[in-house]
Amino acid sequence: MDARTAEFLEHIQSGGLVETGDWMPDEYRARLTKFVEMHANSELMGVLPERDWILRAPTLQRKLALTAKIQDEVGHAQLLYRVVEDLGKPRDACLDDLIAGRSKFHNVFHYPTRTWGDVGVIAWLVDAAAIISQKALLKCSYAPYGRIMRKICWEESFHILHGRDVVLTLVTGSDAQRELVQEALDRWWEPLMMFHGNPIPAGEDPMVHWRIKSQANEDARQQFLEGYVPQVWELGLTLPDAKLRRRDDGVWEYTEPDWERLMAVVSGHGPASAERLAFRRLSRAEVDWVSRTVLAEAA
Amino acid sequence: MAVVFEVFRREREGAAMQHAGSISAPDERFAEIYAREQYGRRGESEALWLVPRDAVHEIDEFVDEFDLKYRRVDGYSIKERLKEARERAGTVQG
Repeated sequence: MDARTAEFLEHIQSGGLVETGDWMPDEYRARLTKFVEMHANSELMGVLPERDWILRAPTLQRKLALTAKIQDEVGHAQLLYRVVEDLGKPRDACLDDLIAGRSKFHNVFHYPTRTWGDVGVIAWLVDAAAIISQKALLKCSYAPYGRIMRKICWEESFHILHGRDVVLTLVTGSDAQRELVQEALDRWWEPLMMFHGNPIPAGEDPMVHWRIKSQANEDARQQFLEGYVPQVWELGLTLPDAKLRRRDDGVWEYTEPDWERLMAVVSGHGPASAERLAFRRLSRAEVDWVSRTVLAEAA
Repeated sequence: MAVVFEVFRREREGAAMQHAGSISAPDERFAEIYAREQYGRRGESEALWLVPRDAVHEIDEFVDEFDLKYRRVDGYSIKERLKEARERAGTVQG
């Protein structure tokens, strides 16, 4: 490692921050760009499962709330792609890589949504899992990313509330409505347990080394289990893992997810991966004339 | 070509403008629409400033060549002298 990189590393590891115009080692820039880009892709792809439900939302109020949530997520994607652009990768290149399957997005957005129950479970628990990771990113060594995360976390907190409201409405409704939530939980539990990634120790995680992330994957998952399993159980709902329990020392035990399956899902082999990417390709082609027109007009 | 605009927002009346983030837009008309949506749609701002990034003149080096400590609080160490003054005046406590 050269002296300049060593100095940079010492700066960030002792809590120092980095701004857009600052010098940074190539490895740091590359890892950070890839990480924020995946985050941006996830926000953009994350609206597709919800978009499917705008027309099928059970009431006007739900339709409006869902549409607002979708607007928030697309807004997050725009803010995050801006961060990526300032790191040197243009938005067009990000979108090209996304639709060509060259870059990744979060595992949970590779699955289909079967019922309105899925919409509630996604907004409540997927957003809850996401906000745990996102809160840890407030402390990212790259300050522009941390600052944007403040706004994102603020908006995600509405989504959790919206999701919880949907779930509570269903579990206090008819038996069939309650069953929608239970079935959705059964479907989503595995992807949720995979959400925070394999339990790589913080000391071996290059993202922690560069202080892009400050939280080990397993810590995030434990925080999720501690915060939300009791909330699920108190509604009389069950989770499809016979091993799931809280030990006396506060650590949650669970059935180890199949990490190879997670790798397969995020590399484009999930149940809905192909369909989602095809839709994104289609919408990119459909709106291409809009960006060409507005950019030409401005020029 | 899209232009990057830095967005500043005032959270409530009387507060200072603070940097909120940036947006990319083809021109000022689009920039206004994007900024309203991105930074004002929940009533979280009562005013926004949009500044093309190129118009921002940044200064990020502040060299203290002449050690101008007398302009800062750390330039004044009164503890010892206060003690001496109190002793002379005979007002030292307990």
